[in-house]
Amino acid sequence: MNAPFEGIGASVRRKEDLRFISGNGHYTDDINRPGQLHAVIKRSDRPHAKILSIDTAAAQAAPGVVAVFTGADTAGLGSIPCGWQIHNKDGSPMAEPRHPVLAEGFVRHVGDPIAVVIADTKQHAKDAAELLAIDLEELPAVATVTAATAPGAYLVHEGAAGNLCYDWHLGDKAATEAAFASAAKIVKLDLENNRLIPNAMEPRAALGDFDASSGDYTLYTTSQNPHVIRLLMGAFVLGLPEHRLRVVAPDVGGGFGSKIYHYAEEAIVTWAAGKLKRPVKWTADRSESFMSDAHGRDHVSTAELALDAQGKFLGLKVHTLANMGAYLSTFATAVPTYLYATLLAGTYTTPVIYVEVKAVFTNTVPVDAYRGAGRPEATFLLERLVDVAAQETGLDRVEIRRKNFIPRDAFPYQTPVALQYDSGDYFATLDAALKTADWAGFPARRAAAAAKGKLRGIGISTYLEACGIAPSKVVGSLGARAGLYEVANIRVHPTGSVTVFTGTHSHGQGHETTMAQLVTDQLGVPFSQVDVVHGDTSKIPFGMGTYGSRSLAVGGSAMVKAMDKIILKGRKIAAHLLEADIDDIEFKDGKFTVAGTDRAKTFGEIALTAYVPHNYPIEELEPGLDETAFYDPKNFTYPGGCHICEVEIDPDTGVTKVINFTAVDDVGRVVNPMIVEGQVQGGVAQGIGQALLENAVYDENGQLLSGSFMDYTMPRADNLPNFSVATENTMCTHNPLGSKGCGEVGAIGSPPAVINAVVDALRDYGVRHINMPASPEKLWSIINAGRPAMAAE
Amino acid sequence: MPQVTLTVNGKAASVEVEGRTLLVEVLRDKLGLTGTHVGCDTSQCGACVVHVDGKAIKSCTTLAWQVDGSTVTTIEGLAAADGTLHPMQEAFREYHALQCGFCTPGMVMSAIDLVTTHPDGLTEQQIRDGLEGNICRCTGYHNIVKAIAAAWPVMHGRGTLAAAAE
Ligand code: FES
Ligand code: FES
Repeated sequence: MNAPFEGIGASVRRKEDLRFISGNGHYTDDINRPGQLHAVIKRSDRPHAKILSIDTAAAQAAPGVVAVFTGADTAGLGSIPCGWQIHNKDGSPMAEPRHPVLAEGFVRHVGDPIAVVIADTKQHAKDAAELLAIDLEELPAVATVTAATAPGAYLVHEGAAGNLCYDWHLGDKAATEAAFASAAKIVKLDLENNRLIPNAMEPRAALGDFDASSGDYTLYTTSQNPHVIRLLMGAFVLGLPEHRLRVVAPDVGGGFGSKIYHYAEEAIVTWAAGKLKRPVKWTADRSESFMSDAHGRDHVSTAELALDAQGKFLGLKVHTLANMGAYLSTFATAVPTYLYATLLAGTYTTPVIYVEVKAVFTNTVPVDAYRGAGRPEATFLLERLVDVAAQETGLDRVEIRRKNFIPRDAFPYQTPVALQYDSGDYFATLDAALKTADWAGFPARRAAAAAKGKLRGIGISTYLEACGIAPSKVVGSLGARAGLYEVANIRVHPTGSVTVFTGTHSHGQGHETTMAQLVTDQLGVPFSQVDVVHGDTSKIPFGMGTYGSRSLAVGGSAMVKAMDKIILKGRKIAAHLLEADIDDIEFKDGKFTVAGTDRAKTFGEIALTAYVPHNYPIEELEPGLDETAFYDPKNFTYPGGCHICEVEIDPDTGVTKVINFTAVDDVGRVVNPMIVEGQVQGGVAQGIGQALLENAVYDENGQLLSGSFMDYTMPRADNLPNFSVATENTMCTHNPLGSKGCGEVGAIGSPPAVINAVVDALRDYGVRHINMPASPEKLWSIINAGRPAMAAE
Repeated sequence: MPQVTLTVNGKAASVEVEGRTLLVEVLRDKLGLTGTHVGCDTSQCGACVVHVDGKAIKSCTTLAWQVDGSTVTTIEGLAAADGTLHPMQEAFREYHALQCGFCTPGMVMSAIDLVTTHPDGLTEQQIRDGLEGNICRCTGYHNIVKAIAAAWPVMHGRGTLAAAAE
């Protein structure tokens, strides 16, 4: 019987599922250490205030309390660092105010940590936290970028004039102005990208442990990148030597970006464990997650597109205010610059582009990357603008896109905003999506819906994004304070089974399966004999973790490189055993064969020989079969595609129902189609959530109004349709797998498709644009303000 | 402190609780059954769903003393003694109805209740409506809905998972 095909291209069922479906997952809060204490954090309920006094006496004396710490105790610790330094237009560095572990003198957003109470049980710590007497003097607060940049706005940080973090630009201003001067038509759109709260279902947690005998620290944390946390926390905040600090990110219940960053709580529990010589655990309540996990998006932009008389795009001008929140989160500054402005060419040949971005401090939770990070903001702006341009030039929405697409034969394609796309075929994804969604048949469906008193609309988005941010040298020159390579260690055991140690991290993506398939494919080792290890700095080489859809394109490529080394060494061993020249040894289907003969050694035999080197070329070759490769990509990868959304709005309630959603994406080589489809479905659900349901709302004083699942609308099963998901792939040309990444495409491509559909449904009401979310209230007001006189009644 | 006696996954358990102790705290902290998760503090997400006397309930909003004397089944208690998975567990794996796995225990427990309480059939809309109390951030629900539909005939003795996949 043939073994089932489990290599690249097979929808192998996931290895990790067995533990998750049986309740044997091992998430951070599931871990308990002997003698463990519990930390509860007292947070500011004010958006902006001066701390006049903190009286901890009653809390200290409460039952079970071991310690209470405030900013006075942690003032000697380093600032929580920002990982990317942006420079202003004039070349000066961005404003980078201190981000203390516990508030020092001031609180700057609702949720800012003021004190930590540590007790024998969580309940005791909670009870005692209620006894803290904190005297705050409220200060004026700014909640929005508009309020924060108004003349005379109260400052979030003394040192950041005008509440500006930076004032940055990209592109050729003069050439863009010239293009606008010669344009036949200019289309202008003001738009907002709504603020979101990531809400991975597992709340953040951290458990610090200190081993008094060795002096070593261990931090268990809900992280997407344990090595990055070890470096940031160890070197910058706590001043702990890296070799004394182990960071473990075990099973992590979703991240979507929000678990990339180094958070204060990680430093607090690790530091406190050292001070108290006992393990200290903190687990967020969901209410805490709402006010302490980095939020996403929150842009206010003006976009202008210049077109010639035929509808060709001549130039694009964009001005964006990006909300940073009260402090700079780890990658916050890179999101509205190198992950946003550089994407504004999209799938189009727009020859000149000029983008200005001001990053603004406000009295809100820090804002950082959330699934897509910058690219959804760019895509929403561009794909809305193109639809408005179609409407105002009278061109068909599909035709205006086709007319401006980068031609198939133009790759590699250099955009005017720094990126060079290596491959893509936007016509192929468009055509496939139009067919699947039956775009041509839409008028009939619209008429049928109208007959039932419903408003149907269809919307399209032809997007492009960039994944696997790299190369290290380039990102370094742009201000990144880290490298962006990835590492893999392939350990072949004497019996021929394999353990992969990857520097990426899986928090739902299924790496344990996909990466095992790579090994099965390249080395011919059965899937069941491959295990993938990630998330523990004591086991894996220094890796950069998972975000930006990088794991397969960068981490998988590192694996391929390491396996190339395994094969090369295996060929040398085989040549010795088979008494042949190395150049005559071929490796295929798990066998080393002398070309043109049937003389062969299996992979298992070679592995055993490597570890039992009795008959072995020991003079030239070290024993063992264990190889590591670090892979630094030459370029980003460029997934793209076409999303089409069909909606029906009930004019009586303003409720939008998504009837059909079609996604045809180009993600490069697909290793496990089942997993890719799952990633796209999940991403689209978040995109529909952003477009129709989700919104982080602050009142004008900076109070967070959407602070629980009661107020923040998470997409539920009855809000979503079945999705039609397919791929139409071109290969990445510069990595060995050809893979581009699929984790974010769903969340990037979908929001404008949804809003374009909603606007289309409301075309009789004179609607030009709707900011997200297109809530029932918003739509009902539009419909009822302008109900056409002939409304069927 | 008062004592609460439960039968959890077939085993008798007697634990000391405070008046405010939640069932989920008993399961996770006292009995070490960490398969049941806590995803919120407003009884919205369903990560904590277990069966009490055969019915799905949210263990994050149930006080331990309220269920004194009850029989509790958690995700850890679903598989047969020989390790054979419950059809709903099988279906979740077969249909890729989980990604990070955090919502999964609660989702599976709710799904079993949904199928059990609909012996005459279960439409896609009924499944979607029935999952009102469970949030998944990863999957977009598409595959969860498929998995539950596929488990229905198996649980009601009217087919196999393989047949459902056809
Ligand atoms: S933990 Fe969210 S409903 Fe119980
Ligand atoms: S699988 Fe991650 S929340 Fe459902």
